[in-house]
Amino acid sequence: MDRHNWKGGPAAAFTSIIALALTGCAAASGATGPETTAAPAASDASSEPYASTYERYPGVPTALVGATIYDGAGGRIENGVVLFANGEVVGVGDSNLAIPEGYLEIDGTGRFVTPGIIDIHSHLGDYPSPSVPAHSDGNEATSPTTPEVWAEHSVWPQDPGFSRALANGGITSLQILPGSANLMGGRSVTLKNVPSRTVQGMKFPGAPYSMKMACGENPKRVYGGRGRMPSTRMGNFAVNRETWMEAQAWMERDNPGRDLAMETLAGVLDGEIGIQNHCYRADEMALVLDMADEFGYQVSAFHHAVEAYKIADILAEHDVCAAVWADWYGFKMEAYDAIPENAALLHNAGACVVIHSDDENGIQRLNQEAAKAQADGIRMGFDISDADVIGWITLNAARAMGIDEMTGSLEAGKMADIVLWNGDPLSVYSRPEMVWIDGALMYDMNNPLMRPVSDFELGQPGEGDVK
Amino acid sequence: MKRLLTFAASAIALAASPLAAQDIAITGATVATGDGSDPIENATVVVRGGRVIAAGAGVQVPAGVPVLDGTGAWVTPGIFASITNIGLEDVAAVSSSNDIDADDSPFSAALDVAPAINPQAQDFSYSRAGGVTRASVTPGAGSSIFAGQGAVIDLGADFDAVREARAFQMVEMGERGARLAGGSRTSSHALLRNALREAADLDEVGRLRTVTDNGRVRSGDDLSIDPRLAGRAEREGDVLLSRFDAAALVPALRGEQQLYIRVERASDILAAIALREEFPSLDMVIVGATEGWMVADQIAASGIPVIAAALRDLPASFEQLAATQSNVGRLVDAGVTVAIAQYDSSGEHPRNLPQMAGNLVSINNVPGHTGLTWGEAFAAITSVPARIAGHANEGVLRNGAHGDLVLWDGDPLEVSSAPIRVWIDGVEQPLENHQTRLRERYRTLDESQLPPAYRR
Repeated sequence: MDRHNWKGGPAAAFTSIIALALTGCAAASGATGPETTAAPAASDASSEPYASTYERYPGVPTALVGATIYDGAGGRIENGVVLFANGEVVGVGDSNLAIPEGYLEIDGTGRFVTPGIIDIHSHLGDYPSPSVPAHSDGNEATSPTTPEVWAEHSVWPQDPGFSRALANGGITSLQILPGSANLMGGRSVTLKNVPSRTVQGMKFPGAPYSMKMACGENPKRVYGGRGRMPSTRMGNFAVNRETWMEAQAWMERDNPGRDLAMETLAGVLDGEIGIQNHCYRADEMALVLDMADEFGYQVSAFHHAVEAYKIADILAEHDVCAAVWADWYGFKMEAYDAIPENAALLHNAGACVVIHSDDENGIQRLNQEAAKAQADGIRMGFDISDADVIGWITLNAARAMGIDEMTGSLEAGKMADIVLWNGDPLSVYSRPEMVWIDGALMYDMNNPLMRPVSDFELGQPGEGDVK
Repeated sequence: MKRLLTFAASAIALAASPLAAQDIAITGATVATGDGSDPIENATVVVRGGRVIAAGAGVQVPAGVPVLDGTGAWVTPGIFASITNIGLEDVAAVSSSNDIDADDSPFSAALDVAPAINPQAQDFSYSRAGGVTRASVTPGAGSSIFAGQGAVIDLGADFDAVREARAFQMVEMGERGARLAGGSRTSSHALLRNALREAADLDEVGRLRTVTDNGRVRSGDDLSIDPRLAGRAEREGDVLLSRFDAAALVPALRGEQQLYIRVERASDILAAIALREEFPSLDMVIVGATEGWMVADQIAASGIPVIAAALRDLPASFEQLAATQSNVGRLVDAGVTVAIAQYDSSGEHPRNLPQMAGNLVSINNVPGHTGLTWGEAFAAITSVPARIAGHANEGVLRNGAHGDLVLWDGDPLEVSSAPIRVWIDGVEQPLENHQTRLRERYRTLDESQLPPAYRR
């Protein structure tokens, strides 16, 4: 089938990304796993452009002992033990879990351990600090559909925001999305929150791509304001549907040649690229789900889904996550019906909840935002455990980003992305004390030297200060 | 429950007549008075005739005052939120509902938020439900460094919100002021000085005219005109402000009205403080002060209070390079009077002030950071902002203070806590709003009998 001829492109590229990731991990961890994952295209740079060059930093085998553990998957262990070595979680258990010889023991008494916090919706690097026009690289607002752009090509790795997200938010992974000016804004990129000279050095190995889409007010305002389509919500859908039809037609063509936009759209229709859909209103989300059925793709998550609570049952049924704020409201018309109980109502209906930031400040407090959303639900009479709430900012985010096999929970074999908190992470009074990424210590609040300083900050007022 | 239902009804009717103040005593609660001290366990607060008459441990409840058992709860003064837009907008992005700034207005300093404030805007009820009982409301600078005049309000569920109209002038200096003034800080400083001098001239003319017969000055339509317009032709080519704007600056120039100046950069803060050498009467408040910690001693020496953001830690602009969450703590340690406000994202509403304050407590445990004690942090969102606004009897529980009480289900600075009941001037307030109604409507999604539109 012609389509399969084409699939030798991006589809194979996807396979090779996974292959590289697995071999990369194996190499980094010193394991000598089977070579079964090696794919023919693994060395073909053209099939996997801008490949991740991230390699984990050195760590020491470590045992976190005595802390309360939230494993991210709904589990809670008092006085627990987390073992990690060679970049991976080795074991998680109660105080009976034996500590192998040679492990550095860290006393976590009175402290808490969670998986690394994951923000599914960030623009760090694409809208970096300082927020000056020269840095505004998040919206290619020149056409209502720009599936051809890739967020990674805008990321400024020197954005000081990455270090704040690490030190105050315990953020270990984050998805950088194009902005919401366009119906189809382009590809996202998932990063490990490590300082790097290059974006490739931050790219999460093996993370699948997603494409950003946007419902509602933004696309129609941006383009309608220029007297062109779309200027209405019906225009939004018409342009989307026309574009999906173009992609389908392109996929049927013989040797269609390279087309960056179509490659991304085809990746979505083939199920290899997820959809992260900015969409506030319940009615529009329901329409998007029908559009996804019409063209045969899956929405990974609705972002800013302030009205998700109105269709929690539909979202649960479609297995779509809702990435929401705890309590943002009212700043635009489609945010008017936002309520603080949104996450809780979703959770209560069995839908997948993710707390996201979309904000360089909010990313520093996802734990607090989750705690607020939980408390509002508990006041409604819902039973929402602390352990489940930690999942809203760890495993559920990873799931909607397609990286849940690798990170998002503390399970043997997963990446050792771990936060040791100096108190209950759902309390305003707690802060990350130590943060490991792939088993490497990347932040330590007690050690001023373990506080990354971006190039931009060097020699500037406040350099190296606590932030 | 009966009480809740009563409130629901009153919320809908929104107080055609003002709700009545009730005498009340709350006993057995943890009480934070808001004055900077630590919370007091098992304490009592008594409100009579809309005023606090006692707060603390060992307080006797006067006979005849109804008692509410506050065991397990916290009682505090209401939050005082500074520099808000409460009542000036319904939806920021719906321009027809947004009265925050006036880009195309011919006026600047004369702009006055008081008649624009709408107590029925949802921000009122959301903030009230979050324990905010008082606020300063500030216009945004639209086309001039002079944003206009802010007001102090209470958040009671009635139409009588404005407690002090034209409480202060708001001026944008720093980067934004520079752009508004024509492209540079040089221009914003020239503009501000010129404006204050114009106000001074006007002030002087006004005084002169009070001893000069100007009754004969007539305009064409035979209405008497403002004498300040007459006989000053030599100034006409040199006037940048409209007469209305210049007149509006006279009280600020005299120090009868506060002048809020927004500056972030350390050098801009010093330049603002230096203005008082030229205009000694200015009653200045510095708003912003992201880099204040670098010049904390100079600010302290000036005696000028500061309204600062709690959690800025990014070099969001070149005037905020030294931003750190320790800014407020370091300023307080240097002896500066600091209130927390300022909202840097769509998510940081006035009702999240306790969360911001709580963060300033948490950073005390991070080596290198300077935070606040619990009492200092809570004062920074209650009595301190009230005092800066010149309303020393608000945001505090002490004899004679306004009877603004919030009963919380836990530590008010903790993110899991929320108000259970709220009183303003002794009047218990409805906590229902658009959000709570939506919450209840969608508690169940069962529409097998009738659509949700029939649930209310």
